[in-house]
Amino acid sequence: MKYIALLYGEPGAGPAPGTPEFIRMLGEYQSATTAMANVGILVDSSPLQPPHTATTVRVRDGETQLTDGPFAEIKEQLGGYYILDCEDLDTALRYAAMIPSARYGSVEVRPVMVMGPP
Amino acid sequence: MVARLAGDLSLAEDCTQEACAAAIDQWPREGLPANPGGWVVAVARRRALDNLRRESARAGKEREAVREWAAAEPDGSAVAGDDQLALLFACCHPALDPASRVTLTLRVVCGLPTASIARLLLLSEPAVAQRIVRAKRKIRDAGIRLRVPDPGERPVRLASVLRVIYLTFTEGHSPHGISAVVRDDLCGEALRLAARLHRLLPDEPEVTGLLALIMLTGARSAARADEDGALVLLADQDRSRWDRDRQDEGRSLVEAALAQRRPGPYQLQAAIAACHADAETAADTDWRQIAALYSELLRFDPSPVIEANRAVAVAYAEGPTAGMAILDTLAASSRLARWPQLHIARGALLAQCGRHDDAIAAYRDALALEPASAVRRHISAQIAALGAAHAPIEET
Repeated sequence: MKYIALLYGEPGAGPAPGTPEFIRMLGEYQSATTAMANVGILVDSSPLQPPHTATTVRVRDGETQLTDGPFAEIKEQLGGYYILDCEDLDTALRYAAMIPSARYGSVEVRPVMVMGPP
Repeated sequence: MVARLAGDLSLAEDCTQEACAAAIDQWPREGLPANPGGWVVAVARRRALDNLRRESARAGKEREAVREWAAAEPDGSAVAGDDQLALLFACCHPALDPASRVTLTLRVVCGLPTASIARLLLLSEPAVAQRIVRAKRKIRDAGIRLRVPDPGERPVRLASVLRVIYLTFTEGHSPHGISAVVRDDLCGEALRLAARLHRLLPDEPEVTGLLALIMLTGARSAARADEDGALVLLADQDRSRWDRDRQDEGRSLVEAALAQRRPGPYQLQAAIAACHADAETAADTDWRQIAALYSELLRFDPSPVIEANRAVAVAYAEGPTAGMAILDTLAASSRLARWPQLHIARGALLAQCGRHDDAIAAYRDALALEPASAVRRHISAQIAALGAAHAPIEET
């Protein structure tokens, strides 16, 4: 089953860039990612550019409307994702807990819907 | 057991249902097997194995499970006890919301009907059904595999597991919708599970407390019904029919638990049950101590049911008026208005205050909530007694 782990956090949460803690956190991301890759469950993973770079698209009555910024005005913003292919939710949750965002913000884990053949 | 094998709840349920259907078909013809529960589990297991073999193109755990279980005891009797506890832990999965966890486990592992669960949790039946549907949907759609958790995963599930065992015992000790006062099968099941859990986690005082509570309360079972099967209240029970050995065992367990100085709701309820066990006659009961324990219990679990029990203890300790004041507040304000026991308690206290008409009205409120038939008989007897005592006064 494929799961997506969505990394949420308040802007500025966690250690400040340039501090030794920040470097350590990067190392923790790296080792979490490596651990997932080593057991063969990592499909894809990436951080995202900050929320101010987002553009939201809506089509209403055939008209494309663009809005600056992310869809929801919530404190915690989507900052990155992991896509994992593993046997069950427990496995996905175990690896999600290794991602530092789980400490500084939250990680939402959801199965990716499997689409049948067309 | 079947879910552990299948790792898939709907498959496990389907297989269990098929096995029960096979039982209904075969048992009348071929006679009851020596171990009916084991028989059902064994047949359900076989069907689950067949299913899994069919589907085991999917690599991984299933095939392992098939191998592991194909080698296990064929009649299911040797492992059934352990397995039930494993299944409890498996079902109390932390990715389910806590309310759904308990509801689902009571339904699926303990086999309680939705109506009983609704009454135990003071919820409507549709609300219970919805919780179960929601939990099953999440298990299926989120890819939750029901498996026995590693020891490190147990603590977060323990509270739900204890609650499920407690509620199973509660249902066994005062069942709904059937004529018996006690359902020995459920009481026995809860006792067995609590004892197993205690062996697994001997230093967990709440586990010890729950086992003590079940022993101390269960020890009164034989005295809870009269020859006609009507409910006998604690005060009127023939205490010579209490199981004193079991009470002694329960008492030492609760003392050991409390000595660890990590009190909790099950230890406190066990302590209350021990107070009753200590009383040679109903009149010897230390109601002040019991009222104090209920106050302490409210700190852990501020529920109206416990407040109602405290009210009864206060009534015995300080007089019916003091207890009535608490019950009236509860009856006016909470969802407890749907709980027959509240009205039965009000009826008893009102009768003690000499307010016979009000007492009869309270008992009628309890009857309107359709309690179990043994309870209904008890209430009808009270109403009849009040009516008889009352009638001559009305004539004068």
